[in-house]
Amino acid sequence: MSLWEYANPVRFMRLSDRVLPAVSVLAVVGLAIGLVWGFFFTPDDYKQGATVKIIFLHVPSAMMAINIWGMMLVTSLVWLVRRHHVSALAAKAAAPIGLTMTLIALFTGAIWGEPMWGTYWAWDPRLTSFMILFVFYLGYIALWAAIEDPDTAGDLTSILCLVGSVFALLSRYAVNFWSQGLHQGASLSLDKAQHVDNAFYIPLLFSIAGFILLFVALVLLRTRTEIRLRRISALLTRERQA
Amino acid sequence: MDLKVSDLGCRRGEDLILSGVSFGVKAGRALILRGPNGSGKTTLLRNLVGLSRRPSGAVNASTDLMAYAAHADGIKSQLTVEENLRFWAQVFGTNDIDAAVEHFSLEPLLRRHAQHLSAGQKRRLGLSRLLLTGRPIWMLDEPTVSLDVENVKIFAEMIENHLATGGIAVIATHVDLGLKNADILEISQFRPRHDEQQNPFLDGAFS
Amino acid sequence: MRALLTRDLALALRSGGGFGLSLAFFLIVTMFVPFGVGPSSATLSLIAPGILWIGALLACLLSLDRIFQLDYEDGTLDLLVTSPLPMEGVVAMKALAHWLTTGLPLTLAAPLFGFLLNLPSGGYLWIFLSLLVGTPALSFLGAFGAAITVGLKRGGLLLSLLVLPLYIPTLIFGTQTVVLAAKGLDNQTAFMMLAALSLLTFALIPFAAAFAVRVNLR
Repeated sequence: MSLWEYANPVRFMRLSDRVLPAVSVLAVVGLAIGLVWGFFFTPDDYKQGATVKIIFLHVPSAMMAINIWGMMLVTSLVWLVRRHHVSALAAKAAAPIGLTMTLIALFTGAIWGEPMWGTYWAWDPRLTSFMILFVFYLGYIALWAAIEDPDTAGDLTSILCLVGSVFALLSRYAVNFWSQGLHQGASLSLDKAQHVDNAFYIPLLFSIAGFILLFVALVLLRTRTEIRLRRISALLTRERQA
Repeated sequence: MDLKVSDLGCRRGEDLILSGVSFGVKAGRALILRGPNGSGKTTLLRNLVGLSRRPSGAVNASTDLMAYAAHADGIKSQLTVEENLRFWAQVFGTNDIDAAVEHFSLEPLLRRHAQHLSAGQKRRLGLSRLLLTGRPIWMLDEPTVSLDVENVKIFAEMIENHLATGGIAVIATHVDLGLKNADILEISQFRPRHDEQQNPFLDGAFS
Repeated sequence: MRALLTRDLALALRSGGGFGLSLAFFLIVTMFVPFGVGPSSATLSLIAPGILWIGALLACLLSLDRIFQLDYEDGTLDLLVTSPLPMEGVVAMKALAHWLTTGLPLTLAAPLFGFLLNLPSGGYLWIFLSLLVGTPALSFLGAFGAAITVGLKRGGLLLSLLVLPLYIPTLIFGTQTVVLAAKGLDNQTAFMMLAALSLLTFALIPFAAAFAVRVNLR
């Protein structure tokens, strides 16, 4: 029994039907523990006060924003190489979730930035990179929406995802160069994950796990919807031809 | 060389519209594809010349031996007739446009910009491109559209000449070209049964 | 291949759009910036490198859809795919033709437009060199976007949305080359990176774009 068996829509539907409830429940539990613990049962930071607690939304959403693009890259490659429909549909299903995660990361970052740096937005390399990631998501989603034939859309979005990944990565390093070039070293670095205290670390892990499970649940749900849509269109075609 | 096609399937978008297409054409013969509009003549020709994917089946001849001509004949209206012809001659590495010019009597039009040609003249220019390819198997999609009776005859003559040199032509057309060495293939017989769709989204049952 | 290049150039020249329009657009963008930010020479010379680069980039964007669209509509693309030319080569030639009719004129005009924006004296050579090295990458990336959107009815706006994010690294290294030079600082790294980016697009994009064209034709 290989992993590729689940590339068959029917098998995927059967498996996801069984897995989805469990994943959803775990996601809710993980998020509840992480967020409730994080928001109400962690001490205030001696410097940042209660504002630090937005970390429990900001860090997981930022992680997911990047990793979802990575997942789309892998599923796009699988589609191009092995032409498994479920793979292309999973990439399609994941994109809006990634876009939302990027937005959450940007907004929570802005809300956090105001009390910390006195500004909602600065052209810091990291902030800028997320803005760039945001437009890459937008282009990818717009391309899916613009093409009618699903296989063509799968091929074109996949090649866009591949080329986009290369240039998104290059943009990341270009932005580092550019921002240093202007301000001589980033003064508003967001580097904090390494510094967090254990009191924050454990609820943060729960929150991250919750976000990952939430993504898995959502992507399964959305992929199932896409598969159903394809089935409907296939059934309509068959009816037309009969 | 002969053209042999076996068990070919053709898709248009997601839909399988032809399956089990099998035929053979001997060198020096033409095959006329017949079928109502939308039956898949264009799709089949595009599949044969390698423009679309082949979900199943095999063709014995390489696409490098095939020349394709369709409704849209790739004529640039800003270029003169001669420039249009020279371009394709260079692309196919034949570099000699005289035969093509002579056959369709394009001589008086050579210096004219293609935008000033009539529809029939454009069509002649488009078809004369086939002679520039130097390829033995011609795949023609409705080649006689907007040609008058006289030019249809000239075109049929061009095909006969091509066949006489051992060439092959596969032609989707409703017009009787009066070719001597032609067979007719009705392609509606290759319409797939609806249980043949091979769409993975139709497998099994799920809700 | 050379036949294709000369044909594309002849078409661009005769259809009377080509570089004339892009250059005019570039001039207008350059002219509008002082209207927007005020006529102060100090401000203008500070932002001049960025404006020139963004202006050239947008002017380049305007004509991208023509790379494949016309050939798609009149069937030339079908015939080219079935011809002996490799599609990758066709893409590269078309991108090159686009650069010769758009990127090159913009590059030549940019130092001239630099005067209008009071570009610092150290910047003239480098705006020319950076555009010379960087605009080919814009044409190649643009050809990729054009290849993806060639089958779409209203692909123009989508084309911009797909291509502009890909332009970010080129824009950054291009402007940095000029900004650093204008300040009298070492701009070697930025310029080398810009050149490397262009080389990367030459190597990578023809394959991706040829794939996209074939997908759109089937």
